[in-house]
Amino acid sequence: MDLATAPKVAPRADVAPLVVVDHVRKLYPKGSGDDLLVLDDVSLALRSNEIVSLLGRSGCGKSSLLRIIAGLLSSSDGRVTIGGREVDGPAEEVAMVFQTFALFPWLSVLENVEIGLEAQKVPPAERQKRALAAIDLIGLDGYESAYPKELSGGMRQRVGLARALVVHPKLLLMDEPFSALDVLTAETLRTDLLDLWNERRMPISSILLVTHNIEEAVLMSDRILVFSSNPGRLVAEIPVHLPMPRNRLDPAFRQMVDDIYALMTARPVSRPAGANLPGSGISLQVPRVSPNLLAGLMEAVAAEPFNGHADLPALAGPLQMEIDDLFPVAEALQLLRFAEVAEGDIRLTDAGRRFVQLDPDDRKRLFAQHVMAFVPLAQHIKRVLDDRDAHAAPASRFRDELEDSMSEDYAERTLRAVTSWGRYGEVFAYDEGTGVFSLDNPS
Amino acid sequence: MAQRDLQKVGRTPLLGLGGAELRPNVYDLAIFVLIAAAFVAMAYGAREIAAPASKLAVEPITLDPANLPGYALRTTLRMFAAIAASLVFTFVVATLAAKSRKAELVIVPALDILQSVPVLGFLTFTVVFFLRLFPGSELGAECAAVFAIFTSQAWNMAFSFYQSLRTVPSDLDEVSRHFQLSPWLKFWRLEAPFAAPGLIWNTMMSMSGGWFFVVASEAITVGDTTVKLPGIGSWLAVAIADKNIMAVVQAVLTMAVVILAYDQLLFRPIVAWADKFRFEQTAAQQRPRSWVYDLWRRGRVVRRLTLATAWIGRMISILPIGLARPARRVAPPASGRVSDIIWRLVVLVLSAYALWRIVLFTRSTLGWSDVRIAIEMGLLTLARVVVLIAVASAIWVPIGVWIGLRPRLATRVQPLAQFLAAFPANVLFPIAVVLIVSLQLNPDIWLSPLMVLGTQWYILFNVIAGASAFPTDLREASTLFRLRTWQWWRKVVIPGILPYYVTGALTATGGSWNASIVAEVASWGSTKLKAVGLGSYIADATEAADYPRVVLGIVVMSVMVVVCNRLVWRPLYRLAERRFRLA
Repeated sequence: MDLATAPKVAPRADVAPLVVVDHVRKLYPKGSGDDLLVLDDVSLALRSNEIVSLLGRSGCGKSSLLRIIAGLLSSSDGRVTIGGREVDGPAEEVAMVFQTFALFPWLSVLENVEIGLEAQKVPPAERQKRALAAIDLIGLDGYESAYPKELSGGMRQRVGLARALVVHPKLLLMDEPFSALDVLTAETLRTDLLDLWNERRMPISSILLVTHNIEEAVLMSDRILVFSSNPGRLVAEIPVHLPMPRNRLDPAFRQMVDDIYALMTARPVSRPAGANLPGSGISLQVPRVSPNLLAGLMEAVAAEPFNGHADLPALAGPLQMEIDDLFPVAEALQLLRFAEVAEGDIRLTDAGRRFVQLDPDDRKRLFAQHVMAFVPLAQHIKRVLDDRDAHAAPASRFRDELEDSMSEDYAERTLRAVTSWGRYGEVFAYDEGTGVFSLDNPS
Repeated sequence: MAQRDLQKVGRTPLLGLGGAELRPNVYDLAIFVLIAAAFVAMAYGAREIAAPASKLAVEPITLDPANLPGYALRTTLRMFAAIAASLVFTFVVATLAAKSRKAELVIVPALDILQSVPVLGFLTFTVVFFLRLFPGSELGAECAAVFAIFTSQAWNMAFSFYQSLRTVPSDLDEVSRHFQLSPWLKFWRLEAPFAAPGLIWNTMMSMSGGWFFVVASEAITVGDTTVKLPGIGSWLAVAIADKNIMAVVQAVLTMAVVILAYDQLLFRPIVAWADKFRFEQTAAQQRPRSWVYDLWRRGRVVRRLTLATAWIGRMISILPIGLARPARRVAPPASGRVSDIIWRLVVLVLSAYALWRIVLFTRSTLGWSDVRIAIEMGLLTLARVVVLIAVASAIWVPIGVWIGLRPRLATRVQPLAQFLAAFPANVLFPIAVVLIVSLQLNPDIWLSPLMVLGTQWYILFNVIAGASAFPTDLREASTLFRLRTWQWWRKVVIPGILPYYVTGALTATGGSWNASIVAEVASWGSTKLKAVGLGSYIADATEAADYPRVVLGIVVMSVMVVVCNRLVWRPLYRLAERRFRLA
């Protein structure tokens, strides 16, 4: 194989770590007020010969951290070294696989794979030899002259992988590489990647995998680094000692998945319900979940076999929801006091159980009561509308208020979430065209 | 293994001539003939252009049909010179605007305004400028004509390219930075291909519009300087002066042949080729087709040539140009804001000074009453444009929808509509003028339709495109609900095609303003017809070499076009995009 020429790294755990992330912070400037803190004082080390997962929900800054390590983004504070050298731009020793594949649609598979070598000014003959070897390794032979649009998602991500491997990086960064694929394709690709890794056929010494899929992290990595959201902080490091290849049905595997769910839903004792969500008062950041989805999850939990009390992983499986889908819904239910979430379990409250029994109109009424009782922003909007003679107010007014304490993005999201809940509960009306809240309901 | 793969990929060594595969086939011959013809044409035309100016005086335009092919060729060459200049301009200026915030600040609004300025009004200045630049040479007049065409296409090409550069997908941009592509390589691997479909479509549309200007700019009189460049436009001017209707008809036919050749040999193959750069990850159902492009791809020797060109392109893309790597640190420079403010100030001061100079220039001969007259004239022309676009819409929207909803018919009519849009309507003007003269019609009314003669097709083919893209399920739903005719139009079709219609009507309106300068004044022999309006105002001032009035006329017209765009078309377009875009 041509890849024999690639540097092979023997497993040596005692030498200096490959990557060191040292007290890295990342701030994004915001329209008004303080900058938005995305990563807060993150330190970690990556050794040779291991697969490490960064596990966290969207918005926990894991993708930002990956880009800081890749040299695509600069950190606001702290430093990153790879092989002892400080990262100050795109590093040669690193290659990345993108969630969206990021292939050039006008270049053939071969040309896409060659692009990194071309930038390094590798002579054409050698370039082609190495690219063909990588294509062969990753199981794409026969597709060299195809264009990305002719390939399925799984094949496209294989091209992305070949493109990353062909530059012989020491470190392979993977940014949610399987999340844009369907379940079966993703599983095949994971298994193939693990086989290549376990047989040491890839010219890399470490993989750093960003994911929001707990099972994926347990399946693939030697260590899992769990991140919290808003701001992103490293909250736990979990070594995975299960032997490879791992079996998802293995009780030890299930136990580990359960434990991580529990860890990620654990509520600090000092904080009240809903306090998993950042912010307070009207600037409480409300997850953007449609009322239908809330009702749907309540129904699923209320039904057999859960009868109002479900284990989150057990619930996620049949619903095919990943934590990024499931957690916001669970949190919204918790905020509205329709459910309690703790230790990886979700339990409907009495109100939640009652909601499931009601007919649509009564559901709306109960929902409205809870929104008005537990969502400060909804109370605020209603109060303003009541006070005004015209019973109308522009959305921009509330958006500006929110932006005093959160980024534009979050302000928009929070306002949209509350708007959708308020409309469903018929607490207030909203006209999308004019951007005005009002109390009159169209009859 | 590597050897086998090499062949599978079809990547043979450059121009490796040898082997059975290389026997030329019929397609190769056909393409060879086409290319040879193009070379001969270029060589011939180039010799003519380089001829000394005295030749122009010695050999005036003669209405001899034997000369027509030569004239057509000269006209076409002017067109290509202009498109080449426009492309260079686009690459330089749009790239600059996309990469430098300071340049962007000036270039983007400038392009936006220039798009709305009546190009033909410029002709006065440019002719004088270029004649002075190359005294006693035909080259000056050639440059002026080419420049006139250039000004009709460069702006929107640059605008399209700039917009593409600004919307390069962020993940591909990340990949380029990640693999450390040099700026030059990144341009050829990412930015240029990404921008290609938009740029090519815009180029082809501009070129279609350009035929109008090449005809209008070949024969022009500024004061006592009359320039008649050999070409179809001049032929037409002479035919008009001689009242030779046969010659006019011959010009129309020649132009039809030229446009047909342009459409089949250039426009369609290029659009079909550019399809591969379309940024989408799924294969399209309907792809643009062109028989010339298919020929090109089927020919074996020709394919070798394509590979050779691709190889040259590849070599260009790895040239060590722009060696400076992008700054290693990704943080923005701290001084950016301050220097931005200074730059803004400089721009403002400069434009204030320019305004002052304009006022000085015009004030010496013009008073407020002149401004009032120009505005009144402008309102007259505005009224014409509004009425004509409304009439054209009332006619072509129903027809376009009817055609667009019938896919088989649409694929046949669409090329015809595009052909008609490219056909320079001013070639047909004399025929209309003869009719008006012989029937003794009121020129104030009957000259007006000439303004939309060439531009109405933009409405038609955009509406056809919109109706063709109308989703089948929505049509089926509206059929099931048995919507009444009026309801169907108001609730289903009009919202569905609105984005397309607005695009077409916007183009048509811009074109009509431009056409007013040639359409409001027309002559046949010694008979002169004139419709009162801003177009004839500018045309008269041009002929009298009354530069202050020309400036005034252009300024008033530009302002009206810009105001119309800002107050009517843009809001409408935004509304259409937001509410009615069917994904």
